[in-house]
Amino acid sequence: MTELTLVQAVNRGLQVAMRNDPDVLVLGEDVGVNGGVFRATEGLLKEFGEDRVLDTPLSETGIIGTAVGMALYGLKPVAEIQFLDFIYPAFDQIVSELAKFRYRSGGQYPCHVVIRTPYGGGIKGGLYHSQSTEAYFCHTAGLKVVIPSTPADAKGLLLTAIHDEDPVMFLEPKRIYRSVTGEVPDGDVRIPFGKARLVREGSDVSLFAYGAMIPLVSEAAEKLASEGISAEVVDLRTLVPLDEAAVLASVEKTGRAVIVHEAARFCGVGAEIAALIAEKALYSLKSPVVRVTGYDTPFPYALENLYLPNADRIVHAVRGAVKAG
Amino acid sequence: MSRGESVHAVPPAGAVGFPALGREELLDAYRVMVLSRATDERCLSLQRQGRIGFYVPASGQEAAQIGCARALSKEDWIFPAYRELGVALARGVPLRAILDQLVGNSADVSKGRQMPNHFGFRDHRFVVASSPIGTQITQAVGAALAARRRGDPIVTIAFFGDGATSSNDFHAGLNFAGVYRAPTLFFCQNNHWAISLPREKQTRSITLAEKAQAYGFPGVVVDGTDIDAVHSAVAEARRRALHGEGPTLIEAQVYRFGPHSTSDDPRRYRSDAELAHWKESDPIKRVKERLINEGVLDETRDKMMWEAARAEVSKAVEEAEATPPVGAGTFLDDVFAAPTPRLAEERAEFEALLRDGVVKP
Repeated sequence: MTELTLVQAVNRGLQVAMRNDPDVLVLGEDVGVNGGVFRATEGLLKEFGEDRVLDTPLSETGIIGTAVGMALYGLKPVAEIQFLDFIYPAFDQIVSELAKFRYRSGGQYPCHVVIRTPYGGGIKGGLYHSQSTEAYFCHTAGLKVVIPSTPADAKGLLLTAIHDEDPVMFLEPKRIYRSVTGEVPDGDVRIPFGKARLVREGSDVSLFAYGAMIPLVSEAAEKLASEGISAEVVDLRTLVPLDEAAVLASVEKTGRAVIVHEAARFCGVGAEIAALIAEKALYSLKSPVVRVTGYDTPFPYALENLYLPNADRIVHAVRGAVKAG
Repeated sequence: MSRGESVHAVPPAGAVGFPALGREELLDAYRVMVLSRATDERCLSLQRQGRIGFYVPASGQEAAQIGCARALSKEDWIFPAYRELGVALARGVPLRAILDQLVGNSADVSKGRQMPNHFGFRDHRFVVASSPIGTQITQAVGAALAARRRGDPIVTIAFFGDGATSSNDFHAGLNFAGVYRAPTLFFCQNNHWAISLPREKQTRSITLAEKAQAYGFPGVVVDGTDIDAVHSAVAEARRRALHGEGPTLIEAQVYRFGPHSTSDDPRRYRSDAELAHWKESDPIKRVKERLINEGVLDETRDKMMWEAARAEVSKAVEEAEATPPVGAGTFLDDVFAAPTPRLAEERAEFEALLRDGVVKP
């Protein structure tokens, strides 16, 4: 075990994968000499050389299209998109190509690319360095969508992503890249997809969240405990595949559900979780499902603290849910 | 320097060190060209009869497609667009496999997942096509870099049309290829019409090939109705790529004789006179004349070749149509390597609907 920040854990995950498998390589803007704008790829160029750490021209469609071609040929490319906000020039390659290669070829052409990209607000990044648009990718058949919230998960889920057989969107909560530290197992220790993490057990309400919201939700659960409300915190970890069993089991136990994400509410992941609960656990509910999310606006710069969920908003929502029944 | 100056037209027949196709090679190429044309003729009719849903003809582009494919090694990776029937046939893809895809039956290796002409055959290193324009261009570059990393002495080739030169991935792909000196060939069949948009309105560039200059590698213009010129341009580009000299953009100037697809009527946007002009240099006619001049073909044998091609097409159509349709539940396969719990549940739901007769296969 080693104590690491989340971004260091990403770095170790890449290093371990590249040491163990010569087919793994990384490509993206500023990932080589500069070690990535967040230093996630620090030291990789020195250890693995230009053949496996490619500083690319400034073109997201170029990065992903190239990665798709490499994957078709049999390599395991890990592409970095500098910010999720800049991924859209590559949207066609991701949605029309990467996600559909296996399907459209009848299984002849699996296409396994990992796309790492920092997402989310809380860093004073304004409109174009803050968005949380995971729902676009969850809505596209053929993509797995992973969002870690701890250093150990970042490394373990990344290693699983790199050795998976399907395309993986690996969204990194940049707001907690350095603010969260934790013990991380050394070596190639993988964490399976589709298994939510029970962060905290509770009996009155279930809080479902992922990524950068987890520390806030935990803080809220702590406050609620002092008020005598026992909140269970479930970190979804992988949005596709979703651990539906964990969601349902928790709701069946507590009878209340509050879903927290920083993405906009309309058609967000919270809507899917709420629908799942409505379809399969409605009669366990004591009060309506509540969502604490970003607003249905573009991401505001100066007022981001008001846009983003925080512990107080979560506590307020939970109190309301408990009061409602 | 004028804009077109760095772009040279490839002189036909051996001027860059690659000899013209020999008689037997040419005769074999001609056989494939005729098969490609005969397939087009029959499939346009099948589409009108409602027996296939859609079709993208390649007529007029056979010399470019087959001349190009014959200059490649079978180990090279092909990244096609959706108009590459002649390339697939020249690569050795059985016509029956293509018909299975056009019909979308249970023998289709792509399992009926895509519209006609969007085929792919892994066994032939012919990557499966998609509809978005130009996306295969960056992918071909990635595969070339992967091949180089593995030490495989092959090239990759991206096929696309004049319209694709305006796409994002054309720019990104050529730029990446230039930067990394990727062993990739960019084969642009300029058929002069991107659906209804004429070549002059696609770009102000005098040629499409000259765009390569901006990316730091050669672009060549070749008469795409001259099979030898195409063959030698591709052979030279392939030699360069294999020797670490980087990519080449080849603009093969051709004309599509038919519509963009069965969904449009070219008379709405182009003249009969233009079509008639290009038909004078019908690539099939050109090869036929040469074969007759060289004494390897006469009208009788030519007629026999056409009859054989049409019979082959008829047989493939009959067999493909007699093959059972794609199984009802197969549309739920191949989303991932293994189904997620959600997909497994959707399959169970679908099977219950089938069982209860709510949906009918």
